[in-house]
Amino acid sequence: MATVVMTSLDSKSRAASRGLSDIKIRNLFIIPTILFLIVFNIFPLIYSLGYSFTDFRASTNAPANFVGLQNYRELLNDPFIWSNFAITAKYVIVSVAGQVVVGFGTAMLLNRDIPFKGLLTTLLLLPMMLSMAVVGLFWKLLYDPSFGIINYALGLGSFEWLANPDMALYAVAITDIWMWSPFVMLLSLAGLSAVPKHLYEAAAIDRAGPLYTFFRITLPLVAPILMIAIIFRTMEAFKTFDLAYILTSQPTTEVISIRLYKMAFQEWQTGRSCALAYIVLIMVLAITNIYVKYLNKVKER
Amino acid sequence: MAAVQTRSERALNRVAIAAVLAITLIFLAPIYWITSTALKPRNLATTIPPTVIFEPEISPFVKLFTKRSQLRGAPAPEEYAAAPWWERLVFDGGEKVVRSGRGEVQLSGYPNRFMNSLIVAITSTVLAVGMGTFTAYGFSRFKMKGEADLLFFILSTRMLPPVVVAIPMFLMYRVVGLNDTHWGLIILYTAFNLSFSVWLMKGFIDEIPKEYEEAALVDGYTRLEAFFKIVLPEAATGIAATAVFCFITAWNEYAFALIMTNRRAQTAPPFIPSQVGSGLPDWTVIAAGTFLFLLPVAIFTFLLRNHLLRGMSFGAIRK
Repeated sequence: MATVVMTSLDSKSRAASRGLSDIKIRNLFIIPTILFLIVFNIFPLIYSLGYSFTDFRASTNAPANFVGLQNYRELLNDPFIWSNFAITAKYVIVSVAGQVVVGFGTAMLLNRDIPFKGLLTTLLLLPMMLSMAVVGLFWKLLYDPSFGIINYALGLGSFEWLANPDMALYAVAITDIWMWSPFVMLLSLAGLSAVPKHLYEAAAIDRAGPLYTFFRITLPLVAPILMIAIIFRTMEAFKTFDLAYILTSQPTTEVISIRLYKMAFQEWQTGRSCALAYIVLIMVLAITNIYVKYLNKVKER
Repeated sequence: MAAVQTRSERALNRVAIAAVLAITLIFLAPIYWITSTALKPRNLATTIPPTVIFEPEISPFVKLFTKRSQLRGAPAPEEYAAAPWWERLVFDGGEKVVRSGRGEVQLSGYPNRFMNSLIVAITSTVLAVGMGTFTAYGFSRFKMKGEADLLFFILSTRMLPPVVVAIPMFLMYRVVGLNDTHWGLIILYTAFNLSFSVWLMKGFIDEIPKEYEEAALVDGYTRLEAFFKIVLPEAATGIAATAVFCFITAWNEYAFALIMTNRRAQTAPPFIPSQVGSGLPDWTVIAAGTFLFLLPVAIFTFLLRNHLLRGMSFGAIRK
């Protein structure tokens, strides 16, 4: 036995010494990717950190002046920026809540004996595979007050969706719900199908009601995966740019990404926008940490 | 569960089936509407009540690909007679196809933007999946210090809002002259997709038994030979699935394309919306452009349906 192990180890090390050693191969495979990501993700961030302490404007050739924490101080004291964050928060809550209700509801329905389940699931996945910018464009046509199909189908006459400041954010959220409920549905479905059938059988023998079964068996067992879907969608909704930018230009739909885009590429306040980017970045990292924490928790189960 | 069904259980199931069908129809309605608008004559695109039955036309697609100008009056009979059938469709819509002095048909911006999208999406997919597969193998097979931290670092690069990264990238690209070039976008999309590719491929490679390569090593293969001859073929379906996901992400990307390109290298996602402009847009042409743009993704979605679940959940769900 020992000799067999010996020879196998021996031939392994011989083979390895003939080619590259394992450590060299590991480094060869991993280091380029790490370097690439550092150069194109971390380095730009360090670069913009420098600019965030200046009054640099990319539209002029004037040299950047160091202004210390002034950009950050002004941004954090700017009520308009806080209203951008408030709009973003409202958008995230409305659209994620909508996606959970629609997506989880559809998954509950699909979890029964439905004919053509595979085909229906695939068809339902289509919206989330499309481009948000192009989706935004064709929803503009659907929302049109005079010839849009939505107003016609719902009998709303010439109801304004996108030009109405109170409605516009909900209109964007509805489109987002249309696009991303399938994502929540997909994860919920995976969670639901993993619930052991014998738990339901036991509940049926105990004559448990459907509500009891749902809240005591289904929901607790699906909750971790549903949580992943929620955190993932929250992060994505927080980053929203395309959909809101294409659909409307109402001040009430100016989420933080749009504010950032305007500040950087329309007003050309480069230094200030770098500072805002950092504030956003810190928030995203906070959400990401929660995400990874839950991801690990679910994987441990 | 299906074996024993009470009457109420069956009735409930019927309600569920009806509800699922209704939800599916509602979800597909916008896509159907864009497809049907792409086949309508212009005057029927914006009618209320909406036109459901009409004779499909391909004129929106002809208009999409050509440069056109408004006709003042009817075209001259000889001009009409000399034109090919597809050009007559445009005449009938009250416009004419613009030709150069030598009589060549002038193309619109669309075919060019579509090509740009293809070039950028395909190249960045090949790069991201290629690098991602190597890196995933490295992480999957060799132990190292701080592995979890490195993997988290890789994942974290995808968490940043595009606009945040776009500001410094725009400034850096301006210095090195990568703004409005294919390579500028390719590099960004590769960086963006790389994290996803590593995580997804690691999931696929983890599932290939280590014993396969160990047997090959015993047979005298080097580690690299074992990787190329044993692991890669085993991972082929995973590579294909990852590639399609990366392609779809790069194909659909908007914010970077909007900021980093304007003419030469612009892709379709910023281009199509810019065609709406002010005034009365021709929605049939925009719908045609949208439809063609969505088509590859729709086909991939169908072909890839069995891999979607794992890809979308970042390997969080193992069956």
